[in-house]
Amino acid sequence: MSDRPAREVTFRGGGFAPKPVKWVGLIVFVALIAFAEWGTRSGWISALTLPKPSDVLATFGELYQSGLLFKHLSVSLSRLAVGAFFGAAAGIGVGILIGLFSMIRAGLVPLVAAIFPIPKIALLPLFVIWFGIDEGSKYALIAFGTFTPTVVATYGAVDNVDRGLIRMGQSFGLSWLSIVRKIVIPGAMPGILSGLRISLAIAIILLVAAEMLGAEFGIGAYILEAGSLYDLERLFAGVVILSLLGVTVSFVIGLIEKRLLRWRS
Amino acid sequence: MDIRLDGVGHYYDDFEVLRDITLDIPQGKIVCIVGPSGCGKSTLLRFIGGLERPTSGKVLQLGDPPTDSLNPLTYIFQDFALLPWRSVADNVSLVLEDHGLAASDAKRIIDDVLTRTNLADFANALPKQLSGGMKQRVAIARALAVNPAVMLMDEPLSALDSQTRELLMDDLIGLWTRAPFTAVYVTHNLNEAVRLGHSIVVLSRRPGQIRDIVHLDKPLADRRFGDPDLEQHQQHLWQLMRDEARAADAELLHV
Ligand SMILES: Nc1ncnc2c1ncn2[C@@H]1O[C@H](COP(=O)(O)OP(=O)(O)OP(=O)(O)O)[C@@H](O)[C@H]1O
Ligand SMILES: [Mg+2]
Repeated sequence: MSDRPAREVTFRGGGFAPKPVKWVGLIVFVALIAFAEWGTRSGWISALTLPKPSDVLATFGELYQSGLLFKHLSVSLSRLAVGAFFGAAAGIGVGILIGLFSMIRAGLVPLVAAIFPIPKIALLPLFVIWFGIDEGSKYALIAFGTFTPTVVATYGAVDNVDRGLIRMGQSFGLSWLSIVRKIVIPGAMPGILSGLRISLAIAIILLVAAEMLGAEFGIGAYILEAGSLYDLERLFAGVVILSLLGVTVSFVIGLIEKRLLRWRS
Repeated sequence: MDIRLDGVGHYYDDFEVLRDITLDIPQGKIVCIVGPSGCGKSTLLRFIGGLERPTSGKVLQLGDPPTDSLNPLTYIFQDFALLPWRSVADNVSLVLEDHGLAASDAKRIIDDVLTRTNLADFANALPKQLSGGMKQRVAIARALAVNPAVMLMDEPLSALDSQTRELLMDDLIGLWTRAPFTAVYVTHNLNEAVRLGHSIVVLSRRPGQIRDIVHLDKPLADRRFGDPDLEQHQQHLWQLMRDEARAADAELLHV
């Protein structure tokens, strides 16, 4: 036994377990921007291909100092807030109803499947006719675009609530409303929140699309104007604002998840 | 309140699961139900608790449940069925909230059942922080909170390791000795049956019929781990079940 060669057993159980790693995301951003800055300064990337990040930053500073940043941002944020709020609220509501009632499911699931793949941007002219060229059509576009993915995520989440827990509720004689409020909705919350991540990103995309049509202020209008003038610095400044908006939304949902889903192991 | 099963039989589509079960569950006694896998034990328990209706026969309540019983027929589940987003105390509170109790009464009940199940120190813990045995004690506390007339337990200890199972059996015996409750206790484990059962109902393989009912007179509090007379009963039960179990096991392969 002892004269045979001894080798340690090869470890092969690693991976497949994502862990949070701090700062790496930031480093990727910084490295990319530094690379762009170096490329544009050395002339290796021409000014027509990509603006200098430092120039974009300067444009951003001007925008801030002129007070226009706040103007554009507040207009866009209120459109996003109103549209996404109504879309997500209606989506969660309808999703829960689909999850709970067979008749509603049978009636609405095919309908949702039929409107989900329509690019909502294509419907913008229609919304303008229905809701007017002002804020109404913009709210409607964002709300409609947020609605469908939220519905699908929500009823999927309700379907996935542990049936055993619902049985438990019934066996203790809980009222129907109690079962829905205390078991079904909290149990569906993880799925609803991860659906919201996607819906809200779609809402930002649609916000810009909506603002490209007949809006004086708003990040979309700002980007459209810069684009038509081939003012790449301002175009990029606008794009950076959108990215920051996306990161912020995702961060806020992360916070909500942390707070509401503390119970998850 | 007693429970009487009167000629209960059941089909799932044209698949006969239970046949002509007639059985009395007397107040203050623990009736264990054993039988091979798939013979319809869980189904029978769902009939007793009113979660499903049998195709034929009746489930009767004889007499009225005590007036202070909030949920006369109360389950304890194999997988505990605790709400993971609620603390231990709030999981117990869940089953009281629909009864319009005053907050102080609810609190008194919760404190009382958590003390009886030795969980008072864990009232604010979340289920994910608890061991399996503690989770099942929370489920027992929750069941006690509604002051049930009959407890319906479907393999309540099967998800636990054997040491924890011994401890929980002692807990159950302790609870019963202090305040006798009525229970229908479904199990695969013949040792649990002879430790906890006043009578043990042996079901045949599917369609489940009553093959035999064994009565044990020895008081629960006097039954100990490894008692020779209990071993003997366990042997006898295994003799009864062995062929059924083997046949049931072979049968499942043909389904
Ligand atoms: N809802 C259902 N629909 C159709 N068949 C069912 C349903 N529930 C149970 N069965 C079948 O009825 C039979 C009895 O099921 P049951 O769960 O009552 O058995 P059991 O004795 O509790 O089994 P186990 O010991 O494995 O828990 C099984 O063959 C099962 O497949
Ligand atoms: Mg079963």
